[in-house]
Amino acid sequence: MSSDAMAIPSAGTAARPWVEVVHEWVTTVDHKRLGILYIVYALAFLVVGGIEATIIRIQLIRPHNDFVSPQVFNRMFTMHGTTMIFFVAMPVLFGFANYLVPLMIGARDMAFPRLNAFSFWLTAFGGILLYFSFLGGSGLYGAGNAPDVGWWAYAPLAAKAFSPGHSSDYWTIALLVSGFGSVGTAINLIATILCMRCPGMTLNRMPLLAWLNLVMSGMVLIVITPLTAAQIMLLVDRYLGGHFFDTQAGGSATIWMHFFWIFGHPEVYVLIIPCFAFMSEIIPVFSRKPIFGYPVMVGATVCIAFVSLSVWAHHMFTIGMNSYANSFFTITTMVVGVPTGIKIFNWLGTMWGGRIQFKTPMLFSIGFLFQFLIAGLTGIMLASAPFDWQLSLSYFVVAHFHYVIVGGILFALFAAFYYWYPKITGRMLSETLGKFHFWLFLIGFHVTFDVMHIPGLLGMPRRIYTYEPRPGWETLNLIVTIGAFIQGIAILIFVTNLVLSYFKGAKAGNDPWDAWTLEWSVSSPPPPYNFASIPVVASRRPLWDLKHPEDPDSRYE
Amino acid sequence: MSAVTTPFPERSLEWNLPYRGKVGMVGLIVAESAIFTIFVVAYLFYLGKSLSGPTPREVLETPIFFTVCLLSSSLTIHLACKELQRGHRISFRILWSITIVLGALFLFGTAREWHRLIYERGLTISTNLFGTTYYSLVGLHATHVTAGLIMLGIVLLFSLADRVGMEQSARIETLSMYWHFVDAVWVVVFTVVYLIGR
Repeated sequence: MSSDAMAIPSAGTAARPWVEVVHEWVTTVDHKRLGILYIVYALAFLVVGGIEATIIRIQLIRPHNDFVSPQVFNRMFTMHGTTMIFFVAMPVLFGFANYLVPLMIGARDMAFPRLNAFSFWLTAFGGILLYFSFLGGSGLYGAGNAPDVGWWAYAPLAAKAFSPGHSSDYWTIALLVSGFGSVGTAINLIATILCMRCPGMTLNRMPLLAWLNLVMSGMVLIVITPLTAAQIMLLVDRYLGGHFFDTQAGGSATIWMHFFWIFGHPEVYVLIIPCFAFMSEIIPVFSRKPIFGYPVMVGATVCIAFVSLSVWAHHMFTIGMNSYANSFFTITTMVVGVPTGIKIFNWLGTMWGGRIQFKTPMLFSIGFLFQFLIAGLTGIMLASAPFDWQLSLSYFVVAHFHYVIVGGILFALFAAFYYWYPKITGRMLSETLGKFHFWLFLIGFHVTFDVMHIPGLLGMPRRIYTYEPRPGWETLNLIVTIGAFIQGIAILIFVTNLVLSYFKGAKAGNDPWDAWTLEWSVSSPPPPYNFASIPVVASRRPLWDLKHPEDPDSRYE
Repeated sequence: MSAVTTPFPERSLEWNLPYRGKVGMVGLIVAESAIFTIFVVAYLFYLGKSLSGPTPREVLETPIFFTVCLLSSSLTIHLACKELQRGHRISFRILWSITIVLGALFLFGTAREWHRLIYERGLTISTNLFGTTYYSLVGLHATHVTAGLIMLGIVLLFSLADRVGMEQSARIETLSMYWHFVDAVWVVVFTVVYLIGR
């Protein structure tokens, strides 16, 4: 395929002073560079959050361990949760969306490039604020540093009386600021997808990745903002002496839970829908078949988005709601499983009868399918209120949602990294290291999180810093911690692969996977202007049409 | 430079997409609506739950005049946009200024009411639940009015420098969408605070 890079007269190859390079990155408004910034930023926080998880697991490796103090343990699980959701998962997914959406819809940039940069830097400062709490959190009170109220900061624990100093303020403001960033990026993605498509790219021909990111961005608008509102209320309580969550003055602690989980549960779908998007691009390419049931996939995604807005209180079965509320939230939660199941069948239908190539991205995708299914099944178990009364706040719940976030989201992200790294850097990731990474991570994941269900069933509560040497608990916790270390080694292999392949990896060329969407039509890495001339498309698989003029898709659509 | 070869020839095609400014503003309005919804829910949930006085019935007075000001500013900004589309810069400037004056009057009304509540009735944000929810909800709206006034003021400055013409019509209309939203929110806040809440 011919290259469509234009020769730019000023593009020199001589080494430039580093100040200039840094300045260029800091002031960039290019969607590809901002995408990379998002991804690198998230990877840095992934390592930080991973270290915090490791500290938690070392502390729990045996009963009566004193690796860290109870106070530090509280800080670790709070920071681990907050970091992983707000400063790893959100930015990395926004990063991929930023990088890929304009390329896939044939646009030269996002709709609002400067808003894009602004949103990234808001998110970045949010993360820095959160971690600055290690230095500034104690304030003048000597009240301990980082936030230690859990990632959902239930009232009244987060009130001034029970959380003195500034640690909770850093948590609040970090989430507030990064929330504004998320809303900005979501608005940008929506405007880009609706207003910047290249000629011929009707909504019906958009790659599923663009479709799913459109749905995800729509959700962000109405899901992140309740958290923003709740954080403003918490700040009013903490700084202005308000009584929103002050039970002494007639306020309600429960309403914080409602506000938090109105954000908190749909947030899971905000995170998983872009992962569905990765799957919907990667599985067809490595099955050598177009996606099965394109319109149904879009419909199921919109369904998930709608239903997921009415399931939040399944996190609150144990607070004592009336039986109507319990039944309602049980039913809606189970209903979410239907469109999700449709999606899984569609991916299987895509693989069925295909010539499957077991490259690393495909391996991670298959891992995703299997683990996401199991995560969904334990989710259905927990959706049942009586079952949840028994197991809420136990390690069973922790195992369930890590199955979603690690087994689902993280596996999909790894697939996306192996799939799009060649496009972003121009070099292939090593397949050998990739396979080591996959198998080690798969084993580590299952050792940790399969086993973690059992202490939960045996009654081990989450967020305890140590436990009694009861029969069963010690061995199980030891196994879980060993699994965490295996995952840690796999992550190190992944990071090594990212760094080594950047310098030594095989040249990728424009289209290493023989794929069908527009981003593979330009050079790797793409030129700053993306497309020398704006493409015109006639089907869902423009590159297929180009490669097979004798039998184009456009003939059948 | 050699001829650029590209896999996708540029073809002429009937291809119309929505204006990105409007789509972006609709997105912002949806997001803001969610924030206001949460505050309105909190206000309604806490109605009558204060453990001590004063209550809304005792201290609130319905600000009818200032409400009329704000709502009629929606009409003037709409007319201003229409004038700009026709290229009438002077009448645009006049109607735009009236909009700002009406918005500022509303803000003055809020300030006066707060002054009265704080100094005469002793109701502050920390007095009771009513104070907390009232000042947060009305204050959140007033913040949006202030932000809107700042943006309207910037446009007025540009207009005085004669830099706002028909070409900016789409952008001005995008801004007017925000102002309409702020007005619409006041209808909800007014209903909740002064009609239902008393």
